[in-house]
Amino acid sequence: MNIGNLIKIAISSLFRNKMRTALTMLGIVIGIASVIAMVSIGQASTQSVKSELSSMGSNMIMIMPARQRRGGVDMGMSSSKTLDNRDLESLSKNTKYVAAVSPNVTTNKQLIYGNNNHSCSVSGVSAAYLDIRKYELKEGVMFTDEDVKRYNKVCVIGQTVVNELFTNGENPIGKSIRFGSIPMTVIGVLASKGQSGMGEDQDDIVFAPYTTIQKRFLGITYFNMMYASATSEEESELAATEITYILRSNHGIKDGADDDFDIRTQEELVSTISSVTSLMTTLLAAIASISLVVGGIGIMNIMYVTVTERTKEIGLRMAIGAHNRDIKLQFLCESVILSLIGGVIGIVFGLIISYVASKILNMPYVVSQMAILASFVVCALTGIFFGWYPAKKAANLDPITALRYE
Amino acid sequence: MEKDILKVEKLERVFRVGSEDVHALRGISFSIKEGEFVSIMGTSGSGKSTLLNILGCLDTPSAGDYIIDGVSIKNLSKNELSTLRNRKIGFVFQNYNLLARTTALENVELPLFYNNSVPAKERRERAEAALKLVGLENRMEHMPNQLSGGQQQRVAIARALVNDPVILLADEATGNLDTRTSYEIMSLFQDLHHQGKTIAFVTHEPDIAMFTTRKIKLRDGQIIEDAPINTQSAADALANLNLQKEE
Repeated sequence: MNIGNLIKIAISSLFRNKMRTALTMLGIVIGIASVIAMVSIGQASTQSVKSELSSMGSNMIMIMPARQRRGGVDMGMSSSKTLDNRDLESLSKNTKYVAAVSPNVTTNKQLIYGNNNHSCSVSGVSAAYLDIRKYELKEGVMFTDEDVKRYNKVCVIGQTVVNELFTNGENPIGKSIRFGSIPMTVIGVLASKGQSGMGEDQDDIVFAPYTTIQKRFLGITYFNMMYASATSEEESELAATEITYILRSNHGIKDGADDDFDIRTQEELVSTISSVTSLMTTLLAAIASISLVVGGIGIMNIMYVTVTERTKEIGLRMAIGAHNRDIKLQFLCESVILSLIGGVIGIVFGLIISYVASKILNMPYVVSQMAILASFVVCALTGIFFGWYPAKKAANLDPITALRYE
Repeated sequence: MEKDILKVEKLERVFRVGSEDVHALRGISFSIKEGEFVSIMGTSGSGKSTLLNILGCLDTPSAGDYIIDGVSIKNLSKNELSTLRNRKIGFVFQNYNLLARTTALENVELPLFYNNSVPAKERRERAEAALKLVGLENRMEHMPNQLSGGQQQRVAIARALVNDPVILLADEATGNLDTRTSYEIMSLFQDLHHQGKTIAFVTHEPDIAMFTTRKIKLRDGQIIEDAPINTQSAADALANLNLQKEE
């Protein structure tokens, strides 16, 4: 029998039992739709995390003191006090690939204005910090190097802080906020940045000259960490190498000894997070594919029942001249068509689901051609794999017994 | 002399049931010539179904030979037997065996699907012609459940005719029908016979056998009678039936 006739026979058989065909397809539809939706959503979240990370400054470099061990006891991350003014100076002057550098000292403070108070993290930074972290001012000005030099009591605050402290809509510029007992003047308000990819509020923040924080609040001379920016994203590795070299020589570290600091480029962070999210995607897809397997078993189940139910038809077809092969191919063809049509519907549904999800979750809409192609291949294979045994059973029937079957 | 359409020689068929051998056929020999209308009779267990299965190339004999249209089936493979059935044999069953939810026309087309040498257009034309031949030209698009028993059997006969077989094998083809419809069907078979078709008709009803031209009677796997019949006309029988009804 030629392939055209075969497909014709298979399709007309499927049409003869529309309800059963539809229900069987449903399993595959759900399976494929969930795989497509999960992969798309996973990829979309990867993309949105990536784009948010680069909005934090894709050429950003973080320099942290290394973990320190004292007498065999791990003192925790960034516990050593090795980064100081000397490092800041040499990194600002003697580098080729480092565009800007800012120290960072942090402390938690209770901020008080009038009857309102708000507790948040206060970062002592230099003027270059805004550029490095891609913050923008909404109002007012950033403090200057002069303010840094004089330990001036000025600060720039984020939108959340404004909302918490200035509840009756006053303009915060020029107002004085008490940081615990020390009053500081607000000279600028940051433009809102929203939530970060990790869900933290990027507007709940206060910047002040690092010297002010060091001298007036903490009484220290070292930095908690430093932020730098490379001249370009491509050069961030070079910049990192350069920084490593300078810091090692500043700290007098001998060849072969370990660094007493850690350098992380944004690029590294992106790749780390991408690998986490892509692992998530794979996991989601794996879970979704279970429903695909269930759908496949559904097909097998129905095909198996079908063979028994249509024993007489099989007997008749054999009596009027169908070869065993024709019977086998007919049933195989039916299950492949069933799963392919189910697959196409599933792909459409999956795309719709991921589109809706992207709108709801406010993520980019990603269509994974790979997932679609793979689903299609999986559908065809499902059809063949789960249709094979029932088809073989049908083909091996004895025409005489099949014709007599009631 | 007319040519033999089929010929069986010392046909034997032994089934193994548990540890016992059951001899369904014990050395049967006969031949059917072109244009004959033969009834094969016998009670249940006489071996007539077994014989029909072998004549229909659904089964192969344990011993002896069967030659259909000059081809011995002795050494044929399963696939070759399938092809033989498709080209040379038309089956008519007691319970019609039509595909449900499939139009009469598509049911009749079915055997030609398994014959690659028939293109789609010719397939349709031949199916239509076969349905016309059995008087169902107005029922081509009907589903089996929209047809009466007699009409369903006509569709089945059209299906048996569509591949232009050398012989029609009917297995109790009137077994599920009332007397009137049986006579109508037998009248159709007689028409086909007059058009030169060769027909083997398995039945256990003697009054149905009266419409054929020759009777082969089996008992316990052997032929006990093989004689020509003083054929009656099914059309006349039908007319009589109508007459009785009017009285």
